[in-house]
Amino acid sequence: MRIEIDPSALGKTRWYEFAVRFLFGGLITAVAGIIAKKFGPGVGGLFLAFPATFPASATLIEKHEKQKKERAGLHGSARGRKAASVDAAGAAIGSLALVAFALLVKRFLPAHSAWLVLTGSTGIWLAVSLSARARWPVGCAAPGNLQPASHCTSLPAPVPLP
Amino acid sequence: MKVILIRFLIGGVAVSLFAILGDVFKPKSFAGLFGAAPSVALATLGLTVANDGKHYAATEANSMVAAAVAFFAYSSCVSWTLMHGKVSALWVTIFSLPVWVLLAFGIWYAWIR
Repeated sequence: MRIEIDPSALGKTRWYEFAVRFLFGGLITAVAGIIAKKFGPGVGGLFLAFPATFPASATLIEKHEKQKKERAGLHGSARGRKAASVDAAGAAIGSLALVAFALLVKRFLPAHSAWLVLTGSTGIWLAVSLSARARWPVGCAAPGNLQPASHCTSLPAPVPLP
Repeated sequence: MKVILIRFLIGGVAVSLFAILGDVFKPKSFAGLFGAAPSVALATLGLTVANDGKHYAATEANSMVAAAVAFFAYSSCVSWTLMHGKVSALWVTIFSLPVWVLLAFGIWYAWIR
């Protein structure tokens, strides 16, 4: 499936929706630092992969998809949930790549430039994410996607357009 | 206090930037990748290296492996429940958080600690 950039999607997001994600992101980063100081870096490190903004993002996706369907005079609840489900499946793939990111940082950070290791590990995170996504086409269940079910390996059959 | 405020600001900016990337990309399965971007990790590890050194940051990254595996289980659980159930995304994502907590701390306690 072709990957596209749609800058108009930013216009659909309200200012407080940006603010919520900024707040949760800032809070978890600050809390991770406080926990590391109090309980040590072992426990603090766990919060580097805490799904802090995930509930807010999934709710936003569900809401936007639902509103889109309701503007067309249709019930959008099921469609909203499925859009959020596909987003979560994408996050599952991204989290596998996050394991690779963490392993690389752990292995190379002590002996190399921090800037280089963090930048390189982020690049590897993206590369692993993209190749894993190509291997498991979770978008098969995306709303409006009419790809044949045989293309889907990890999610149920495509959801037909109403 | 100043350090906590700096962490808050840098973390907020990092998470927002990755969230914006997730907003503008289509399809959703691709955009979803950015839901598990290393945004908090980049902000935290960068600051930790500056304040506490590389070995301290590497120890945090070691624990992050357990947390990332837990994130995989959590997001898979959320995805499956939303696809097959009739509960809203907000409730599913919140009530699935114990999956992350149990697995992250369990794996860390059993193999990494």
